[in-house]
Amino acid sequence: MTMAAFLARRLLASSTLISAARPFSSSSTTPIKATLFPGDGIGPEIAESVKQVFTAADVAIEWDEHYVATEVDPRTNSFLTWESLQSVLDNKVGLKGPMATPIGKGHRSLNLTLRKELNLYANVRPCYSLPGYKTRYDDVDLITIRENTEGEYSGLEHQVVKGVVESIKIITRKASMRVAEYAFLYAKTHGRKKVSAIHKANIMQKTDGLFLQCCDEVAEKYPEIEYEKVVIDNCCMMLVKNPALFDVLVMPNLYGDIISDLCAGLVGGLGLTPSCNIGEDGIALAEAVHGSAPDIAGKNLANPTALLLSGVMMLRHLKLNKQAEQIHSAIINTIAEGKYRTADLGGTSTTTEFTNAICDHL
Amino acid sequence: MAKRSVSILNRLLANPSSPFTAPTRSITYMPRPGDGAPRTVTLIPGDGIGPLVTGAVEQVFEAMHAPVHFERYEVRGNMRKVPEEVMESVKRNKVCLKGGLATPVGGGVSSLNMQLRKELDIFASLVNCINVPGLVTRHENVDIVVIRENTEGEYAGLEHEVVPGVVESLKVITKFCSERIARYAFEYAYLNNRKKVTAVHKANIMKLADGLFLESCREVAKAYPGITYNEIIVDNCCMQLVAKPEQFDVMVTPNLYGNLIANTAAGIAGGTGVMPGGNVGAEHAIFEQGASAGNVGNDKIVEQKKANPVALLLSSAMMLKHLQFPTFADRLEVAVKQVIREGKWRTKDLGGDCTTQEVVDAVIAALD
Repeated sequence: MTMAAFLARRLLASSTLISAARPFSSSSTTPIKATLFPGDGIGPEIAESVKQVFTAADVAIEWDEHYVATEVDPRTNSFLTWESLQSVLDNKVGLKGPMATPIGKGHRSLNLTLRKELNLYANVRPCYSLPGYKTRYDDVDLITIRENTEGEYSGLEHQVVKGVVESIKIITRKASMRVAEYAFLYAKTHGRKKVSAIHKANIMQKTDGLFLQCCDEVAEKYPEIEYEKVVIDNCCMMLVKNPALFDVLVMPNLYGDIISDLCAGLVGGLGLTPSCNIGEDGIALAEAVHGSAPDIAGKNLANPTALLLSGVMMLRHLKLNKQAEQIHSAIINTIAEGKYRTADLGGTSTTTEFTNAICDHL
Repeated sequence: MAKRSVSILNRLLANPSSPFTAPTRSITYMPRPGDGAPRTVTLIPGDGIGPLVTGAVEQVFEAMHAPVHFERYEVRGNMRKVPEEVMESVKRNKVCLKGGLATPVGGGVSSLNMQLRKELDIFASLVNCINVPGLVTRHENVDIVVIRENTEGEYAGLEHEVVPGVVESLKVITKFCSERIARYAFEYAYLNNRKKVTAVHKANIMKLADGLFLESCREVAKAYPGITYNEIIVDNCCMQLVAKPEQFDVMVTPNLYGNLIANTAAGIAGGTGVMPGGNVGAEHAIFEQGASAGNVGNDKIVEQKKANPVALLLSSAMMLKHLQFPTFADRLEVAVKQVIREGKWRTKDLGGDCTTQEVVDAVIAALD
């Protein structure tokens, strides 16, 4: 990267995620196209919520909706069609609801397909205690950044002989450097003080060792950011005893999966946690990380907070910070007030009542 | 022996408002003639805080006049492999008590903890994560036993560099080991009157590997219709542990997940400084602090001698039961729990500021 480009990027960086190349027009006349995957189960209901709130906040976004197909598309070897994937590649930004992953079937999982085809290499999940929603922990404020393409989830398994199965975990320098660079860049642009690399390199010496090496190298380029390495089992214990010890965590795929869900549990569960997947060329796909909850689908009981907060992350990526802040405050205030809460937060409101309350708070 | 039982009963009857219900046994154990002969146990102090905490155990056993004789061997975590004489000793004595052995990161040395387990085929690791009365934590009603497969899975140690910059690590799951650990878990649940066994997995992503593990668990579950069996995906499991730990009872897991779950559960119940645990195989058993065997504390704790001996003391109580000296085990447990409950002598990780020696002295004083 040339010095000029680097300086230009620093000047352009305002408050959150950096987009690599394409400038998004934020004028109110030409709406930005964004792909929307409502998903399964409660997906369509909460997607409606998001559309309603965004319209009420005057956000100039034109949604390009895509649904999961009922048959496997041979071009992608999954239930997601080629057109859906192309749409995200063209629009460069998207919002995704929950998609169900069947256990033990033969085709690729939907989430894995998205990650592989769109080259979504980092999953960013901010976990902060929501003021007004009390859990056992009230000082959580951390971000988990998880490598999303390789590691234990490469999907390479085979049966050696009957009763013996091997599963291959792959760590490459390229992917590790990529996610480490992103983690430190994120920390810097968001004013975070510390980055912790989580690993098990005392047992998995070559694989996690390589990951750590890459993190070490990137850390040297950011001397102002504190850097530490924590073994995963210690990390788990420290997180449940004192989550305030952590700031930004960067880790390979499996640990990232487990730790990010653990952190979500600390602040109130997946129903409240936003996340965003970052791909090459500035692609950002925000997603609600909870499941599709088939048992409450269609009953107007679902909590749209996760998808809404993910939508806010998407807006920040698009540099529509004013509206992002507006919607974010509205959501926080509605939950803090406590009058309108969905069943999973201990209240009795329906999805529509909750959404209307947020629109009123705008 | 009888005199000591009477004095326990006297103390309990004199203090009826004690919140801790000590085991009130009206039947004493009936040993066979000669069961009181001292048993030899291999002792490996280890690195870091290891010598401190194993020293604590030795002192307390001395004070109790426990019929255990320790054979001490020095092993350091950065040795290439466990010395022959140590292996011989453990094979001979069948039981070993161990402080931690730190595995240096990226040092090219394979973990000695793993080596011991593999060579002696100690395939089950057990951690009992339970709220200790008197120790206030954010979570209550935690009583989880994590049973973790100890020899294969992600820790098979089979790694290689394919080309520069690309490294592979093999996770191996076999039916034999999965069945073995599942059988142990259900047997444990049955013998300890536990109602539920939960298998932890990630079979939606690692379909063949964790799928095989689950299959084995399901088969074994059929042989125990009185015990509830369910399955949970590992990331959801961590989240549930943090939110609602009371739903878990016994958990059976492959190697890596077991490590994480054990540490998380230990953390919510009070920290790895107080959780007892051990490793057991068909022929040998190694007792050590419950979770995080490789965590030997930092230099500051070693220097100031403020390591927490509670975990190893409670593990050594488990060891005494394993050696069939249950009354000594009960006395030790009662004393340790009383010290924690009173709250006067606690090390830093429990919120106090005492040294190891002060805690040990308190425990010895609490022994009847």
